[in-house]
Amino acid sequence: MRADPVEYELVAPGTLSNVLSLLSREPRTWLPIAGGTDVMVLYASGKLSQKKLVSLWNLPELRFIDVTDDEIRIGAGCTYTDIRNHQKITREFSLLTTAARWTGSIANQNRGTLGGNIVNSSPAADSLPALLAYEADLILVSVRGERRVPYTTFHTGYKKSVLAPDELIRAICLPRRFTNYVSYSRKVGGRNAQAISKVCLAALGKPDRATMSDIRIAIGSVAPVPLRLRGTENALKGKAIDTEAIATARSTSIAEIQPIDDIRSTAAYRAAVAGNLVVEFLNALRESMTRP
Amino acid sequence: MTTEHIVGASVPRKEGWDKVTGRARYIDDLTLPGMLFGATVRSRIPRGEIKQISFGAGIPWNEFVIVSAKDIPGKNCIALIVEDQPCLADGVINHPEEPILLLAHANPHILPKAVDAVTIECEPLPPLFTIEESERENTIIWGADNTFKRYLVEKGDVDSIWQRADFVVEGEYQTGAQEQLYIENNGVIASFDPNTGLTLWGSLQCPYYVHKALIKLCALPEDKVRVVQTETGGAFGGKEEYPSMIGGHAALLAMKSGRPVKIVYDRMEDMVATTKRHPSRTRHRTAVSRDGKILGGEIEFVVDGGAYTTLSPVVLSRGTIHAAGPYYWPNIRIRAKAVATNAPPHGAFRGFGAPQSLFAMERHMDRIAATVGLSPLEIRKRNFLKTGQTTATDQTINEPINLEKLLDRGLELSEYHAKKTRFRNENQSATRKKGIGIAAFLHGAGFTGSGERYLASVVGVEGIADGRVRVLVSSTEFGQGTKTVLCQIAAETLQLPYEQVEIAQPDTNDVPNSGPTVASRTVMVVGKLVQSAARGIVQTLIAAGLLREKYSSEEFRDACAKYVAQRGQLKSLAEYEAPPNIYWDDEKYRGEAYAAYSWAVYIADVSVDLSTYCVTVDDFVALQEVGKVLHPVLARGQITGGVAQGIGYTLYEKVVWQNGRMQNGQMTNYIMPTSADLPFIRVYFEELGNVHGAFGAKGIGELPMDGPAPAIVNAIEDALGTPFNSIPLLPEDIFQTMEAHTHDSLLSQGIR
Amino acid sequence: MNDPRGQRDISFTVNGQTKTVCAYPMERLLDVLRQRLNLTGTKEGCGEGECGACAVLVDGSLVNSCLVPILQAEGSTIVTIEGLAQNTRLSALQQAFLECGGAQCGICTPGMILAAHHLLDQNPKPSAEGIREALAGNLCRCTGYAQICEAVASAANREPQG
Repeated sequence: MRADPVEYELVAPGTLSNVLSLLSREPRTWLPIAGGTDVMVLYASGKLSQKKLVSLWNLPELRFIDVTDDEIRIGAGCTYTDIRNHQKITREFSLLTTAARWTGSIANQNRGTLGGNIVNSSPAADSLPALLAYEADLILVSVRGERRVPYTTFHTGYKKSVLAPDELIRAICLPRRFTNYVSYSRKVGGRNAQAISKVCLAALGKPDRATMSDIRIAIGSVAPVPLRLRGTENALKGKAIDTEAIATARSTSIAEIQPIDDIRSTAAYRAAVAGNLVVEFLNALRESMTRP
Repeated sequence: MTTEHIVGASVPRKEGWDKVTGRARYIDDLTLPGMLFGATVRSRIPRGEIKQISFGAGIPWNEFVIVSAKDIPGKNCIALIVEDQPCLADGVINHPEEPILLLAHANPHILPKAVDAVTIECEPLPPLFTIEESERENTIIWGADNTFKRYLVEKGDVDSIWQRADFVVEGEYQTGAQEQLYIENNGVIASFDPNTGLTLWGSLQCPYYVHKALIKLCALPEDKVRVVQTETGGAFGGKEEYPSMIGGHAALLAMKSGRPVKIVYDRMEDMVATTKRHPSRTRHRTAVSRDGKILGGEIEFVVDGGAYTTLSPVVLSRGTIHAAGPYYWPNIRIRAKAVATNAPPHGAFRGFGAPQSLFAMERHMDRIAATVGLSPLEIRKRNFLKTGQTTATDQTINEPINLEKLLDRGLELSEYHAKKTRFRNENQSATRKKGIGIAAFLHGAGFTGSGERYLASVVGVEGIADGRVRVLVSSTEFGQGTKTVLCQIAAETLQLPYEQVEIAQPDTNDVPNSGPTVASRTVMVVGKLVQSAARGIVQTLIAAGLLREKYSSEEFRDACAKYVAQRGQLKSLAEYEAPPNIYWDDEKYRGEAYAAYSWAVYIADVSVDLSTYCVTVDDFVALQEVGKVLHPVLARGQITGGVAQGIGYTLYEKVVWQNGRMQNGQMTNYIMPTSADLPFIRVYFEELGNVHGAFGAKGIGELPMDGPAPAIVNAIEDALGTPFNSIPLLPEDIFQTMEAHTHDSLLSQGIR
Repeated sequence: MNDPRGQRDISFTVNGQTKTVCAYPMERLLDVLRQRLNLTGTKEGCGEGECGACAVLVDGSLVNSCLVPILQAEGSTIVTIEGLAQNTRLSALQQAFLECGGAQCGICTPGMILAAHHLLDQNPKPSAEGIREALAGNLCRCTGYAQICEAVASAANREPQG
């Protein structure tokens, strides 16, 4: 433990509006901490330079799951366990609940929050490709009110986002329109559990007779931000998923990503595996279309 | 002969209740009044000369205890085999993370900042990081030629065999470093009083190793140094020699400050600064006849020892002797050396050289098989050692081991033939290729050659006032079951209930030196001495007229209590006596290398996912002959745990080096298998007995480390048809090799 | 008493007893348990939430206590390994660990037992795969997990669950 608790302040104002007031009154001073599964690791290694923290843990205004006809709204303070335990989310948004099951360990799922994960903006986070595939909307909140932004526009660069300094994510909105879609997701890590992704794919396809009317391929750990493979998607939309299309999709997807060599893996491996996972997805789609 | 009913039964672990209730106290659970916390200032460069040490602003330095090499009362070294490793660097740095200064303060939270605030200005010197760089000898970093130790084993006439060979098979095999990754980090507490002397408590395997090192470092007499082992949360060799270093550090701080000092590493410091398994390179060149018989060969076995000698000569020794595997070599030359590099010294890790050289041998056997056109099974059967034949060091195998039968049993248990056929068929269209591989091997128990004679272990058994019996050994418990098994042995020998026997916590004030807890020797060697010492107690009581030859446990209890009340103490000591026909020549490296060998056949069944290049071990059969199983649950636990570590060694655990420093010193980035990664490991035993071991036992602690890597890599080659000769073998490596092969084969087809 | 330098009184329940510590809000729950309350059964193995040796139950939920700032545990109900044995009567899990060889060196054992306890609370009859998955956040270097999983299965079989 390389940090001195004496040097840090942590306050828990208890309500969302109190937290927002604090963030507004003293901008760029207070680092929000929810479940702490990212912040506390940084802290213990002696690398947390922000000394003032404000707790979002268990705020009722952030930890809720609302279901309407059009969408499921997940409070940003929901833990991965909250998400895994929700029947409708499991049924309609399996990419997200699968990713929740992949995230860390059960102990970490009991504390890690979806909002925290999004704001932490690690390109390797397991849930983010799922949110890209579903085209979730985020509700951002500050003393100035709420605004709704498509999640696809949230990340602007490595660990950068559109979040204003005094803003928090309030909720993640998932549109309930994927009943006729085929889902595929796969995470490739160093081991079967508690692994940081080397490549993480979340994809959806909507079969329409012999072609796909909608195809969404989202991928993590192969660029500074989680990505939608738009070029590959556009090439596939409205076309037959045949051997040639799949081979082309492999090369276009590899061309769209920018994997790196790092302590866990290599760029070449990530690129090859990313291509293979896209092929796996398309094969799964093709198979689902030939089944009666 | 009485029927055994304690030995051979899975009696409750002596310290089990404490462990499952959280009452067991490990070193970081303990505090002493007035205790300070210690930290270590370490080198950031791999090699250089220290020019200046400065203490930065913003730290209340006057509140700190600061120790440098100048403060060392005795010799600035960690006494082990050769005294080349300083306790604190004095003017010269030879590896990253080398300790330079020690700091202590009452507030542990202030220490990391203080450590960061010390600046060590150095003039760098050219460093060496690999075996190849070291053996080139362009730069000399140690001794005259960067070589800590060499061995030469010769048998028969190797040079004469090449002309009559039908095949000459060559291969080079490499293994990487491995971190022991005990879940409890290294930690000690030292306390010094000018009258009573120095006491050190710690997480350690060998109290007397630490004792010896502290005497020299602190210039204290033997009876003024006391070392006590506390409950130890895993060790695997990583706490064999290293505790002398951290213990020395705490001792120096305690002596200078007059206060008790605790040093406990966090995970990153433990990973980057302490010992790892020696990386190795083995080269084989083997002459084989048309019918698959080994005519002879040459083996070059090299280990990377890091910056100082530490235990490299002994690791090299074991690796050298095991390099020939469980095979009959009519002619052989083994050249071995341990070389220096500018990395933190490598050290003991379960297996101790054998996993490295056996990986090479077992991979090479599959290569020989492929070259000659025989199956991996057949090539081994034609070359297995048989009773009456001699090993590479000319040791005659006297016991009735039948390796062919052992292999056949392994094949049956693993359904080898059925799987091989099924895999061959299914692989044609599968995206997950399946393969099955075997490894056959041996592991010598106890110290090599004259080592046990040199150790001259002493064991005590005493009767105590309430009529119970206490075992006195310096052998430590760190999960493998020392306490339990040694008490079983004593109880069985004395024909007393297991509950009537206890074992003293290893404290050099209270227990004799039964040798280090290493080399798979505890049950076999120390256990046998426990038997002798226990018999000594009975003889004493009989001679005193207090006990008859046949007695009940109550009669024993009464006799014991009476004797102690009358005479004050009832203690019997037993000292190791080398068996009369064990002969070892240290010069020629020939003779009886080990008093006993355990034998094993391991079979791994794997899947390789061609989308991700990830390998899963789907089934694992671990079959071994171990003399006698004294405690079925513990024995199975040792094998399962060792196989798990072996799977980690092969597929998951990679030390990422940069300029001699481990870059992935966190559990997030240096990964070991979780419960979700391992198959159900199937464990089977055979028992041939062993005249040299307690109740016929041989050693089993390290054996399971030798087999998994070659069995798994043989299986991967079976699955993919591509050879791999280096571990760890990560998906990235499999991908790269397969890409290169595809590229090469496309090239050879004229496709660019 | 609230110290102007930053410490404040923080109360919670541990193993059925109410405790109040005067602590810095960013002290780790792990350190508060081990050092302020002398409940040393919970261990530190990595400080990064990877090994699970520090696992405890907070409001019935398994968490890695090395990642919880003490302020966030205010008002919660905490159970540590010390809270599982009823005086000298071991829980079914603890008994099973003893019988099946689930504890070797013992350092991962408290966290492992808490994780198993949490599993059986939620799923009294887990499958073998379910057990492996539930324990995947607790690293054991000694056992290779087999006898740990068997201990959990054994405890599940004998508990009527209540």
